[in-house]
Amino acid sequence: MSILTHIAGWPLLAALALVVVPRNYRVIIRAIAVLATLISAVLAVKMFCQFVPGAAGFQFEQQIPWVESLGISYHVGVDGLNVGLILMGAIVAFAAALCSWEIQTREKEFYILLLVMTGGILGAFASLDLFFFYFLHELALVPTFIMIGVWGRGENKNYATFQITLYLSIGALIALIGLIALYLQSGANTFDIPKIIEHAKTNPLAVNAQNFIFPLLLFGFGILVSLWPFHSWAPLGYGVAPSPTAMLHAGVLKKFGLYGLIRIALPLLPQAAQSWAHFLALLCVGNILYVGWVAMRQKDLNLLIGNSSVAHMGFIFLGIASLNLIGVTGAVLIMVAHGFLAALTFALSGYIYKQTGTLEISALGGLCRKLPFIGTVLLMAAMAGCGLPGFANFVGEATVFFGAWKMFPAITIIALWGALVIGGIYMTRAIRNVLHGPLPEKWNSLSDANLWRKLPYAILLVSLLVFGFWPKLLTEKINPDAQKIVAVVTGNAIAASPTSASAANFIAQK
Amino acid sequence: MLEIPVIGLGLVLMLADLFVPAERRRFIGYAAIVALGVLLVTSLSGNGSCGQFGTAFGGMFVNDALSLFFKQLFIVAAILVLFMAAEFSDKLAEGSVAEYYSLILFALAGMLFAASSNDFTMLFVSIELITITFYVLVSFQRSKLQSLEAGVKYLILGALSSSFMVFGIALIWGTTGELNFTKLAAVAPQFADSRIFLLGVLLVLVGLGFKIAAFPFQIWAPDVYQGAPTPTTAFLAIGSKAAGFVLLLRVLFNAVPSVTAHWANLLIVISGITILYGNLCAIPQRNLKRLLGYSSIAQAGYLLLGVAALNASGQSALLYYLAGYLFTVLAAFLVIALVLRQLDTDDISGLAGLNQRSPLLAATLTIAMVSLTGIPPLAGFFGKFVLLKAVIEAAQTTGNHGYYCLAFTALAGVIISLYYYFGIIRAIYWSKEAGDLSVIELSSPAKLSLWICIAGIFWLGLFPNTVLNITNLAAAALGK
Repeated sequence: MSILTHIAGWPLLAALALVVVPRNYRVIIRAIAVLATLISAVLAVKMFCQFVPGAAGFQFEQQIPWVESLGISYHVGVDGLNVGLILMGAIVAFAAALCSWEIQTREKEFYILLLVMTGGILGAFASLDLFFFYFLHELALVPTFIMIGVWGRGENKNYATFQITLYLSIGALIALIGLIALYLQSGANTFDIPKIIEHAKTNPLAVNAQNFIFPLLLFGFGILVSLWPFHSWAPLGYGVAPSPTAMLHAGVLKKFGLYGLIRIALPLLPQAAQSWAHFLALLCVGNILYVGWVAMRQKDLNLLIGNSSVAHMGFIFLGIASLNLIGVTGAVLIMVAHGFLAALTFALSGYIYKQTGTLEISALGGLCRKLPFIGTVLLMAAMAGCGLPGFANFVGEATVFFGAWKMFPAITIIALWGALVIGGIYMTRAIRNVLHGPLPEKWNSLSDANLWRKLPYAILLVSLLVFGFWPKLLTEKINPDAQKIVAVVTGNAIAASPTSASAANFIAQK
Repeated sequence: MLEIPVIGLGLVLMLADLFVPAERRRFIGYAAIVALGVLLVTSLSGNGSCGQFGTAFGGMFVNDALSLFFKQLFIVAAILVLFMAAEFSDKLAEGSVAEYYSLILFALAGMLFAASSNDFTMLFVSIELITITFYVLVSFQRSKLQSLEAGVKYLILGALSSSFMVFGIALIWGTTGELNFTKLAAVAPQFADSRIFLLGVLLVLVGLGFKIAAFPFQIWAPDVYQGAPTPTTAFLAIGSKAAGFVLLLRVLFNAVPSVTAHWANLLIVISGITILYGNLCAIPQRNLKRLLGYSSIAQAGYLLLGVAALNASGQSALLYYLAGYLFTVLAAFLVIALVLRQLDTDDISGLAGLNQRSPLLAATLTIAMVSLTGIPPLAGFFGKFVLLKAVIEAAQTTGNHGYYCLAFTALAGVIISLYYYFGIIRAIYWSKEAGDLSVIELSSPAKLSLWICIAGIFWLGLFPNTVLNITNLAAAALGK
């Protein structure tokens, strides 16, 4: 059995085991959930270390036929594009399980859903079969709605649940139509992604079919990733979601759509990708500029983080739209980096909410005095959010800008401005209002995280710093496989140019 | 031949009524279940006459992969409905449960004949056998006004649709001189321009549309579902509907394939409107059985996707979806029968606190609702997936953009249905005012039937290979 099956399988097995554990054994329930996610995180680290950069084909592959008549098989494997995502997903899931101490009611159900979500999304990232790719994502998506609906906070809970369910279901189902159409149009009579790509090399899809399917995938996946103007569910949903759910969704699950675009849409629909790239780049401006501007106006810390996370998606879309090696590499880098960052910020805001019962920025202030650890981590997360060098986000964003410059100079300038100025404004302002200034009387009783509670924040922060200082860990893995995708899209197989590969590394060193 | 033992069994049960004391009569049902189980096993093993494919009675009766698939489906449905009836027996009139059992078996015999009919006479006789038995089954709670009202409604509308159908059959026979499906298929192309012939086919479809509760012949469904005794409703929802579908498939693809080929748009429109109607009307419902009545209309719409696609993968998908629907809908009605038998209302609020009263019932109903919505990893998801695939395949092979619209309509239906199916789940787990929290005792047969349904839902969702191969074979039999 492939290590990937273990990574996705342990959380699902643990979810099954929890079904039979009586609900008043709270400690055991928690322990099982934390242990299962820890196992998959450790296995993911092991897999990441064993991964051979640039090896041909997929690694840690496993294939079991499932429905022969339709050509569906359980097929998992990793290459440079998803190895980082699986590592990130497993680590974030472990952190989310650790952060779930804030859940005090119906813990059993919560942990079952959390584990199903974890197993589903890790499986979806590992999957090399279109059917399982979708199936496992959907398996992970539905628990999100239930978790927000049941354990969500605030008065807006029902409306936010309603909106996120509606948006994400529509997005997922549009993508499903696109995926089925792709399967039928490819003529390969298999759901196996590598086989379809191989088949498409000799029998490319007709251009009008591509132009029909690409928008389905773009908007279907786009809605899942909160592409402007379909983003309004995200800040609202994350605002009310319990923090483990927000961590897993914003950090990991949301990357599914982006990964789908890179893994499936670009290599299979190259012509359509080229003709839609400009349009996508224009929508990115909406994400970066408009949503960034909205984020500046937020009065609630969680809404601010939610909007900022939507704005960050713009950079990834820009990287994808640039359709060149540096851009796509950068996009994958940000996907990993933003996963850690989003999880970290939502975990921190969850801690503050648990302590104070509010995230109203004007009601907070001076928290750094009472919460030195949480405050410091929040400060660092905010710095990572506005792209400070040293954090993984900087590497990704800078790489994307380098990649996009050739294709869309004007948009890149706007995006740079959005990243540096707008991001800087709302992040520093939030930091000043939440952490510094006079401490209101009522917050004198706050207490900082103890050693055990510090663990998830520390893990996420360390991950951000590790990939920030040694981005080569990721870039050397991403580069060869991003190269393959880009070669298909641009139609001419550029030899893996040392300049472009080293450009990413060069930025990384800075 | 499975029909003869089933009818014989029905007669034996009626006779047993004479000799078994009233308080033991519910156990007659278990005997019937065992007998049907034996029949099912023999039909599955392929021994005896079930495995011999061919026609009989001058081509009126056909035994092929399709009929075998449906017969097995009907027998499984009848077994589970008998379990439900045994649990429900104390709500029926004193000592009349054996009659109820035998009526279920007669309806089952009608369904078995329907699965094998290859002739319009046979079609009409089997439909009437099913429908007339159901008139009695629907109004079986003679002391309950609602049940009688439902019976009258079903009788009037059922009789109306039967008359449409028989009129249609007369027109078809009048123009072509053929009643046999196989022979009709050979001569039908000559009558492609004959309006009377086309009207005849259309009227037959009206009659079948009534059975499957497709728009615009769905009016009866919510009222009858609400008023009828729960086991009857369950049998209506799966047995009667599946019988309608097997006849629809036979008529459209065996008898008049040349006409059907031109009716793609009609079928697309009916399917789309049925989906939207059922789902939209289900939203405001508070009565559980009524809600499931509307949901069954919506499900008929999804099943019609497989008909409208006009290709083998659509037919295969339809059969697959029906198999999943069998376990799902029976699971839902089993729970309703068990939970609400002490209550006088069927209101959703009756489910409050169910997860404390009986975790098994709560879990079963949740699984059934999630599967009806079409969420992985349950049967409903894979069923909807193959149906959608068939529709998109039709869109790509025929170039008819209506199919894309249909696919999007189906998705809109899925999203709408999230609301009311999850409303039920919310009522189970998160109701504020849970009044009665007494534990619901389940008999071991009831538990067994619940576990069968759960296993079926998961099996069809997680391991679709076996059943999909069977449905592919059955659909291939239809194309011949």
